[in-house]
Amino acid sequence: MVIDFVNFTPFASLIGGVMIGLAALLLMLSHGRVMGISGILGGIVQPSDKSDVPWRLLFVVGMLIGPFAVIQLLGRPIEIVPNTSGVLLPVAGFVVGLGTAIGSGCTSGHGICGLARLSMRSAVAVGTFMLTAVTTVYIVRHVV
Amino acid sequence: MRHISLVLIGTLFGAGLALSGMLNPSKVAGFLDLFGVWDPSLAFVMGGGVVANFIGHRIVTRRGAPLYEAGFSLPTNQGIDARLLTGAGLFGIGWGIGGLCPGPAISSLLLMPGDAVLFVMTMLAGLAAGRILTSGPSARPAPQA
Repeated sequence: MVIDFVNFTPFASLIGGVMIGLAALLLMLSHGRVMGISGILGGIVQPSDKSDVPWRLLFVVGMLIGPFAVIQLLGRPIEIVPNTSGVLLPVAGFVVGLGTAIGSGCTSGHGICGLARLSMRSAVAVGTFMLTAVTTVYIVRHVV
Repeated sequence: MRHISLVLIGTLFGAGLALSGMLNPSKVAGFLDLFGVWDPSLAFVMGGGVVANFIGHRIVTRRGAPLYEAGFSLPTNQGIDARLLTGAGLFGIGWGIGGLCPGPAISSLLLMPGDAVLFVMTMLAGLAAGRILTSGPSARPAPQA
């Protein structure tokens, strides 16, 4: 294992992580909801009840605004370098949606929220998706 | 305040994602690339997020109810089954290829419109497909985490 010190951003990542954790906490405090994005989006795609949709949309509006607040504060754009292109991009999108619907959660719901609640179910989910993600990147970057 | 708070919390989440590096697919892949030149940054994102939430969660849920709702909606399903493993496994494959998970995909919609719009549209299609697939009569009720 070789550490990538050039791209290593421990402080920004730690502060960003704490902000994500605080957001999860505030959503639980204010609305009693788990901040799981796949679940929040799922309830927009297939609403169980019309009155259950607006809070989800308001949260998504905030998610769209957030990065611009950081751009304003830092005074520079956010670095975005795509990891894939062509047909693999929509395939990845579909598999992410399908998997998080079947597995009832993603990085935020099972990761940030599930682990903080000490849920064994979420810990198993996180271990599983980390394993397949690391394996996938290994295959894409070092085998193919 | 009930509605504004949702936008503000969403903004805090989106800002956290942007600051942490989670919106950068190649950085995410750099974290997942354990056997290459490894960028450990995202371990700090998960660590910071989980610890902050872990400390506060205990205090928050000790209250009888949240501020704006009658009760807390916490997941009740504790089962570890094939469905959980299949779903999480598939998600990891897509995350490894695209370098985007659902939150960052949404938050980067206005920053990299081309890629993110295509990714989010197919992700929503996948979400719908997965929910239809798992909502048959044999499916157990599973709260979305």
